[in-house]
Amino acid sequence: MNRLNPKYIPSAATALVMIALYVLGCVLFPNFISLRVIVNLFGDNAFLGIAAVGATFVILSGGIDLSVGAVIAFIGIFIATTISSGVPPLVAILLALLVGTLFGAAQGSLIRFFDLPPFLVTLGGMFLMRGLAFVVRQESLAIKHSFYQQTIRGLSIQLAPRIAIPFTAICLIAVVLVATYVCVYTRFGRNVYAIGSSETSAFLMGVPVGGTKIGIYALAGFFSALAGCVSTFYMQSGNPASFVGLELDAIAAVVIGGTLLTGGVGFVAGTLMGVLILGLIQTLITFQGNLNTWWTKIAIGVLLLLFIVLQKTISGKGRT
Amino acid sequence: MLSFSIILFWVVFAALLFFTRKLRIFWPLLALALLLLFNQLLTPGFFKLELREGHLYGTLIDILKHGGIVMLVALGMTLVIATGGVDLSVGAVIAVAGAVLAQAVAVHNLSPGVAMLIAVLVSVGLGAWNGLLVAGIGIQPIVATLILMVAGRGIAQLISEGQVINFTDPTLVFIANGYLFGLPFTCTLVLVLLALTYALTRGTALGLFIEAVGDNDVASRYAGVNSRFVKFTAYVFAGFCAGLAGLVAASEIKSADANHAGLYAELDAILAVVIGGTALTGGRFYLLGSIVGALLIQTLTTTMYARNVSADIAPVPKAIVVLAVCLLQSEKARRYLSKLFPRKNMATPAPKFEAAS
Repeated sequence: MNRLNPKYIPSAATALVMIALYVLGCVLFPNFISLRVIVNLFGDNAFLGIAAVGATFVILSGGIDLSVGAVIAFIGIFIATTISSGVPPLVAILLALLVGTLFGAAQGSLIRFFDLPPFLVTLGGMFLMRGLAFVVRQESLAIKHSFYQQTIRGLSIQLAPRIAIPFTAICLIAVVLVATYVCVYTRFGRNVYAIGSSETSAFLMGVPVGGTKIGIYALAGFFSALAGCVSTFYMQSGNPASFVGLELDAIAAVVIGGTLLTGGVGFVAGTLMGVLILGLIQTLITFQGNLNTWWTKIAIGVLLLLFIVLQKTISGKGRT
Repeated sequence: MLSFSIILFWVVFAALLFFTRKLRIFWPLLALALLLLFNQLLTPGFFKLELREGHLYGTLIDILKHGGIVMLVALGMTLVIATGGVDLSVGAVIAVAGAVLAQAVAVHNLSPGVAMLIAVLVSVGLGAWNGLLVAGIGIQPIVATLILMVAGRGIAQLISEGQVINFTDPTLVFIANGYLFGLPFTCTLVLVLLALTYALTRGTALGLFIEAVGDNDVASRYAGVNSRFVKFTAYVFAGFCAGLAGLVAASEIKSADANHAGLYAELDAILAVVIGGTALTGGRFYLLGSIVGALLIQTLTTTMYARNVSADIAPVPKAIVVLAVCLLQSEKARRYLSKLFPRKNMATPAPKFEAAS
């Protein structure tokens, strides 16, 4: 363990916690050792996972995005309304992705050109999107289109009789793979890490800080919109009042996944593990049956505390 | 008589604006004046006040009454932000305080005074927890308070066992619904806390220490300021304020709702503080500004209710205010503006900003 690079320790701890939780589930509940549990874990948490991947980029750069939950709700009701007014689903989805990306780019531009704190800008973005979601439609709307009821449901991979990987889970896995590639192998990804480590140093080295920042928030907006699309696949409806506080879960997943909130250190794969840990806690509490839902929140809080203190010990006292 | 009092109100407000024209508080006051003027001209009955049984009623009074929670929280938040931090957990603390209060009164049959004391003490304890994480261990404030923001609502539900606990105790109902000196009791509460905070920060060196820590943590430590203690105190005080707000929030609806009490209170409070002129980077704070900021937010909300705007759509105008305030405070935005309108703006508003900051 001595030779382990310190930047891998949080992720290693995350992996250990994830495995421990899974083993705990298997020991406590015989039904837990089922492929179905794993498949559902991915399928049920797909939109959270995709949103958390977007949040990973923002947090890696040292910023924060509070607008995630509101954007997902807006995109959900946007897609539902446009499809019900006769627009082909694929066009609606493409439009939604475009809207999300543009919204993210707008937030990024405000942060870039006016030196505004990301916290306040994305807070404004959250209020705006939540309000606009209700402007689009006041109550939830089911999506009744053959594309949703047959095509999407058909796009699953059959593993065993009655167990299939749903399309939402496939989306999540694809997003994680693409995001990992972008993070590790592209210039943009390396710039994100550079900005997160030290914006001044990155600027002095010639990293295009401004453009990258706008790109980061545009990408986060895109992922939020994609999470919104996936949520409509999962729910088969859009609801302007849904996903309140999802951004907190996303940030928690990113932190539990080993990304430093100060920026510069972290992995997309870690975020996936963080999301799976949140999902496992929820599944465990559902399996247990006697425990109330509020224990989920308390458990997440305790895990957050453990990981933040762990990060603090590793990164040393010099960093505040 | 009624129109005379309205004229008097505007004369006083105009005088207030005139005398504060060189202070930081001028801008939030101006925004508030514009919003009130808009209502004066376009929202019928907005300025109507009624005197019933010695109590004042009316839309303006409602603003004071319902703005109480955000004003209380904003006072604590001002000091935390002044140290360069932020407290995201106040909404959750409000929920916990309400749950403790209701549980103590309704289930354990404690006297209201004891219940209030316990609720506030628990909130102070939660504030101390935040302070310990930030000042003791040195965790980033956003992250440290995020823990309690996530777990706090769970704790509140745990305390209230997932129920919405109702209570009818007259003392507790009085906090948010009672009247003192013809005005809602929350006004008195806010004024007392404001006076207390002002005396503690401006009457002693504590305010200077807070600004020193927020301006430059390291330098203040070299200058002999116990920066850890100053930060810790700020978070404890924020917990205390959130606890009081929790009492008001629970009293307002005569019950403790762990899911909805204080929802988004932290965001409203941060917004109020920033509108009031305190920068998120810390170093300077304006207690009165935060109060005006909270009043502005509440006036905006009340305006929308008075004009029958659906509560769901209400966040849109709020978002516009957030962005406008951000831009107004941004150095770069001002520079762009002065480039757009070269001579005149360079001559007039620029020095005002200079004088204000």
